[in-house]
Amino acid sequence: MPQEFKLILKHLDNPGYTPDIECYLRHGGYDALKKALAIQPKDLPDGKKASPQEQIRDDVKLSGLRGRGGAGFSCGLKWSFVDRRSGKPIYLICNADESEPGTFKDRQIIHKDPHQLIEGMIVSCFANDVKLAYIYIRGEMPKGAKLLNAALKEARAKNFLGKNILGSGYDLEIHVHRGAGAYICGEETGLIESLEGKRPYPRIKPPYFPAVLGLYMCPTIVNNVETLCNVKHIVTMGGPEFAKLGTPNNTGTRIVSLSGQVKRPGYYEIEVGKATIGQLINDPAFGGGLLDGRKLKAVIPGGSSSKVLKAGEKFKLKRKIEGKDVEVETDMLDLPYDFDSLQQAGTMSGSSAIIVIDDSVDIVGALANLSEFYAHESCGQCTPCREGSLWMSKTLHRLTHGEGRKQDADYLVKIADNIPGGKTICAFGEACSWPVQSFVAKFKDEFVAKGAADEERRAKEKVQPKIATPAERKELTTAH
Amino acid sequence: MSFSVPANLEAEIDELITHYPVKRSASLMLLHALQEHFGHISPEATQWVAKKLGLQPINVHELVTFYPMFRQSAPGKHQIKVCRTLSCALGGSHKLHEHFCTKLGLDPHAHGLQTTKDGKFSVEFVECLAGCGMAPVMMCNEDFFEGVSEKKADEILGGCK
Ligand SMILES: Cc1cc2nc3c(=O)[nH]c(=O)nc-3n(C[C@H](O)[C@H](O)[C@H](O)COP(=O)(O)O)c2cc1C
Ligand code: SF4
Ligand code: FES
Repeated sequence: MPQEFKLILKHLDNPGYTPDIECYLRHGGYDALKKALAIQPKDLPDGKKASPQEQIRDDVKLSGLRGRGGAGFSCGLKWSFVDRRSGKPIYLICNADESEPGTFKDRQIIHKDPHQLIEGMIVSCFANDVKLAYIYIRGEMPKGAKLLNAALKEARAKNFLGKNILGSGYDLEIHVHRGAGAYICGEETGLIESLEGKRPYPRIKPPYFPAVLGLYMCPTIVNNVETLCNVKHIVTMGGPEFAKLGTPNNTGTRIVSLSGQVKRPGYYEIEVGKATIGQLINDPAFGGGLLDGRKLKAVIPGGSSSKVLKAGEKFKLKRKIEGKDVEVETDMLDLPYDFDSLQQAGTMSGSSAIIVIDDSVDIVGALANLSEFYAHESCGQCTPCREGSLWMSKTLHRLTHGEGRKQDADYLVKIADNIPGGKTICAFGEACSWPVQSFVAKFKDEFVAKGAADEERRAKEKVQPKIATPAERKELTTAH
Repeated sequence: MSFSVPANLEAEIDELITHYPVKRSASLMLLHALQEHFGHISPEATQWVAKKLGLQPINVHELVTFYPMFRQSAPGKHQIKVCRTLSCALGGSHKLHEHFCTKLGLDPHAHGLQTTKDGKFSVEFVECLAGCGMAPVMMCNEDFFEGVSEKKADEILGGCK
């Protein structure tokens, strides 16, 4: 039986656990920082010395930690790209913009255990010689911003922050910066522009890789809240020990946000890959199964941008069995919930948010809902994304309002296919296309049937299609 | 009506500016501070921020028009934001939005910001609020509510004085 494995969520929901520093200290808080500051330079076999900072960075590499924000990129590798020779200051930004639909894990850490994040940040900053760091928190979390500010103040009072931290000679300041309701601020270069006081227009890469030309054109590290919390645990446990958690190349734990139509939606921390999608949905320890009398229709496995999985879909997964590479046919419910398996299934674990959709849901309506999100959130810099996301949303709108056409399914895919693949500045282009491409490919009958039914009705009534106005918007039809 | 920022707020703002090596970075934080105090960002507020940070007013105005949270006119005293996005839609957020609108005499089909005639309430749909597991979720001013039934919605309205 798969179980929850609480590393980051260890204390935060326990009765009596509070977000103040005294409570955190009673639970071993800031021990990782003390440990990090006490590391001595180490002699290497080649006669060189490894600084304490290099040792922590090596440990993060050994831990195998992959970013928890969406792309799953190796944290150790990201840190190794930082330009340390430019002589410019290095900045670190915590991405607390959490706005990928379906995701609600960072919210828990920020509101219930802010010091865990702050300690993770201080250790990460120390390891990267960062003297000034920011927490970019989404504007819709005003309480979270206040809690973080209070926590930073407490940490300053105890000299975990500020000048000469705990007598180590290391100085660091962290400030909270609030966003103002735009999803694109979660994209790291959009976030940096926003932090510079501008519109959050993502920057083109190359040349604007944050590790070289980030905040104020200085080397910058952007990491997700959960990623930074993990660094604290890596320092405590040691990289190799951390790497034993989870599965090879998918190490550590992940907090899975489970929402939609299950009995027990919520956030569950697991060892990466040690539970399958089916277990997360059906196991009494997790989702507890579908609502009574319902059947599974689809699963969005990694936040709204990930490609949808259809109930009953099968994939060929590459596995190593007794040292041999074999392909194993795997049902979508039996996919281990990790980075690599989902990638092999043509989708991604993204922000580790599972949205469960049952047979009471109009799948066209579900996609229309998501497309409206993307049409609203495109920053508007790139024509394919700005226009394409809007066209897709308008087409889905007419399909869900009795004004569809038979060929709308193909039309949607044609638009979606023309957005991603290097035609846009940022990955939002992919993010808005993937749901459309996958929903239409996997549920094409339903899209075509809807359009055909509308055409039939119009033929009978001898009327032309009309444009449904926003005022006629209907709710997403579900059985309840 | 002349625009003036109280001394204590200006002191708070001056402190915020010190958080950044480049003043312009403080613009979002200044706009938040002013909107919290005045309820919205007037053209005078935009000019004030621009002057404070050594920017052109357009540099500030383009933020007010881009970021959804900033308002150019006063919304209701109690701002109700209901999440519209998928998980909440599956959990009944459209019914919740409709409930608020009907109760307050607003159009249940309009997604954008609507304010009651007495200026007491505004209701709008917003995108995912990062509370999807406890759908439907909403905010009332700074407060965040999860699993909002119609009964709970009425209690929230009742608590707005
Ligand atoms: C459109 C878009 C939205 C994103 N939103 C978020 C977000 O809300 N939170 C987050 O941590 N990362 C988000 N990301 C990913 C970030 O760009 C970045 O990869 C991440 O913060 C890196 O941190 P990590 O390596 O620790 O995962 C988003 C990316 C894109 C393309
Ligand atoms: S892809 Fe879309 S969101 Fe990204 S920069 Fe271009 S227009 Fe903006
Ligand atoms: S979908 Fe409503 S909070 Fe995420």
